[in-house]
Amino acid sequence: MSLKMIVTVKQVPDTHNIVGDAMKPDGTVNRAVLPTIFNPEDLNALEEALSIKETVGGSITVITMGPPKAVEVLKESLYRGADDVVLISDRKFAGADTLATSYALKCAIEKLGDYDLVLCGRQAIDGDTAQVGPQIAEKLGINQITGLVSVLAASKKSITIKRQVDDGFEIVRSKYPLLVTVNSTANEPRSPRAKRVMAYKNIDRKFCDESYVESYLGTDGAQPSPSILSHIREWNVESIGADALQCGLSGSPTKVKKVQNIVLTTSDVKQVPNTDVGISEFMRELMDEHIIG
Amino acid sequence: MDISKSVMVFIEHNGEKIAEVSLELISEATKLAQKLNVSVTAVAMGYNIQSDLEMLGHYGCKKVYYLNDKRLKHFSSIPYAKNVCDVVGRFKPQIVLFGATVMGRDIAPRVASQLKCGLTADCTELKIGEHQMGKKLYKDTLLQIRPAFGGNIIATIVSPESVPSMATVREGVMKLGVADHSKAVKIEKLSCKLPDEDFMTEVLDIIREEKSVDLKGAQIIVSAGMGASDEQALGLVKYLASTLGGVVGGSRPVVDSGVLAKDHQVGQTGVTVRPNLYIACGISGQIQHRAGMSDAKRIVAINSDPNAPIFSIAHYGIVGDVNNIIPKMIKAYKEKV
Ligand SMILES: Cc1cc2nc3c(=O)[nH]c(=O)nc-3n(C[C@H](O)[C@H](O)[C@H](O)COP(=O)(O)OP(=O)(O)OC[C@H]3O[C@@H](n4cnc5c(N)ncnc54)[C@H](O)[C@@H]3O)c2cc1C
Ligand SMILES: Cc1cc2nc3c(=O)[nH]c(=O)nc-3n(C[C@H](O)[C@H](O)[C@H](O)COP(=O)(O)OP(=O)(O)OC[C@H]3O[C@@H](n4cnc5c(N)ncnc54)[C@H](O)[C@@H]3O)c2cc1C
Repeated sequence: MSLKMIVTVKQVPDTHNIVGDAMKPDGTVNRAVLPTIFNPEDLNALEEALSIKETVGGSITVITMGPPKAVEVLKESLYRGADDVVLISDRKFAGADTLATSYALKCAIEKLGDYDLVLCGRQAIDGDTAQVGPQIAEKLGINQITGLVSVLAASKKSITIKRQVDDGFEIVRSKYPLLVTVNSTANEPRSPRAKRVMAYKNIDRKFCDESYVESYLGTDGAQPSPSILSHIREWNVESIGADALQCGLSGSPTKVKKVQNIVLTTSDVKQVPNTDVGISEFMRELMDEHIIG
Repeated sequence: MDISKSVMVFIEHNGEKIAEVSLELISEATKLAQKLNVSVTAVAMGYNIQSDLEMLGHYGCKKVYYLNDKRLKHFSSIPYAKNVCDVVGRFKPQIVLFGATVMGRDIAPRVASQLKCGLTADCTELKIGEHQMGKKLYKDTLLQIRPAFGGNIIATIVSPESVPSMATVREGVMKLGVADHSKAVKIEKLSCKLPDEDFMTEVLDIIREEKSVDLKGAQIIVSAGMGASDEQALGLVKYLASTLGGVVGGSRPVVDSGVLAKDHQVGQTGVTVRPNLYIACGISGQIQHRAGMSDAKRIVAINSDPNAPIFSIAHYGIVGDVNNIIPKMIKAYKEKV
């Protein structure tokens, strides 16, 4: 028996390098100012899976739920060492909150069949909730350990983990099946491997030419070697056996009522002259107002 | 008051004491409950922590459901989440609040998933209001206000059809009320009926790290950014802080570089502070930093770049080199006192 691992990854807008308003006046996301990236902590989750595979052996399947464009993060995962990848894409998933997102991912994981360890990033940088991981675990009915910062020991039966908590760390152990969420401090994600980039470059290009329902793609007609994935599987609501009512907007109890862009409020900043007198008067002012004593 | 309804708070206890955020949430729940004309309840679990629960009353909690079990001494996701689900299912609060701590963020999503409820993360403000959805008007709904998209937007989230509405709130965001020692809480003991098989996580060791600084409680904070992170400038920052009777904070890259410990970090992924005086030394003022300090009563920014974003939220701005300005401040202060 070797360890079967599933990593969930999300393509996210690069919220930390925004120029302009993140939201349009109609309340939808202003994609034009937001380039998309691999959610940073999902790279840490993938890296953790890769290093567990190196020590214990096993296989890694990466799944993402998103628009067809999200195949980019799957391709990235293949470059870095994932064995298999699955795209879950359907218009019916649109508008999902964390409950509906975790439901869809749970259905996809069950469709994949047997698994020992599910690895999620701690948090996605757009929704910023950190809720999806624990909700997948609850829906699968399995144990969870959040905030993984290192794996101290892993065997084919159980795993010992150091997790970050508010006032320090805990060393905990659990048997499989288990879901973990991985912190950014856990590791330094490896770079894509040139060989793998060569092997999988085409998988995406060909994918884009296909219709977006259930496409199976070959690599350039060449005979695929057993270690090379020949196609990216794509699943929709039906193929994962999900109840459409529990997906997307209809399966989401939370609704966004209002969205506001953060605009810097230009306060009337008092310029303090950078001179002995200027600073001396300023310190006096703070003392007079009892701000400093 | 409708005593069959309540605003419930999950009480976090680390085996030694109740988390500060739980008391802050009781204070906030008291305000929400007043508007809804309902009471404040709580759910707590652990082993032999009953005496610590008394103080919940001082902040306005009327009743706490308490599960005492040796197996609950250490946190474990499944048992904690199942117990909360059980209490919520039995006593049907309208609203349930959790601290957005590691523990709160671990179990709240599990509870929401099991009960199929809406859960809003990291709220910075909670209000009671109305929500119109199609033809239906939902009154007395919890309006949950939270930053998202890396702090670039503020969203108001509602879960009008979800009973209860659930939210998490970070430590330090809600104000702690004034303790009234004449008010008492009723402790209702419940038993934990979970089978041993639910306790799937073995805790092998706990490593506590004492905080080296209490930023949250500080009235004066002098913070160092990358423009004040070399030995000389950081030394000046520390000296200014001790001279004024304050503490030292820092931006994330300064903490990441290792010259300040993690609990000195101010900002979205650090501590949210509300001091009387915040002096930002060589800090550019990116959104993630501002998220943690923009509520300070007085913000002083010292930066060599007159266009640094920090100046747009500062009350006082001094343009120039920290190495030159801080000594002038220290000198001026010492001359006056
Ligand atoms: C402004 C705004 C505010 C929001 N607030 C809330 C809220 O308070 N409550 C709520 O329930 N929803 C909220 N949402 C919706 C939420 O962002 C989406 O449900 C989103 O699909 C998942 O949540 P997240 O981005 O917070 O992910 P997180 O829960 O932070 O993600 C944790 C991990 O789960 C995995 N994961 C998450 N999404 C996917 C995916 N699509 N495919 C594969 N793996 C994934 C990844 O491993 C990721 O690292 C909000 C959305 C917006 C735009
Ligand atoms: C997910 C995420 C979370 C984050 N969370 C946080 C957080 O919690 N807290 C946080 O702080 N950051 C956080 N950041 C980082 C944040 O985006 C900024 O990178 C960071 O705040 C910048 O720190 P800084 O101002 O010290 O450095 P810089 O941006 O490099 O600014 C240095 C400033 O010093 C000035 N300067 C240089 N020399 C001098 C001198 N001699 N005298 C005076 N001024 C000088 C420069 O003009 C410049 O404005 C986060 C980022 C991400 C992506």
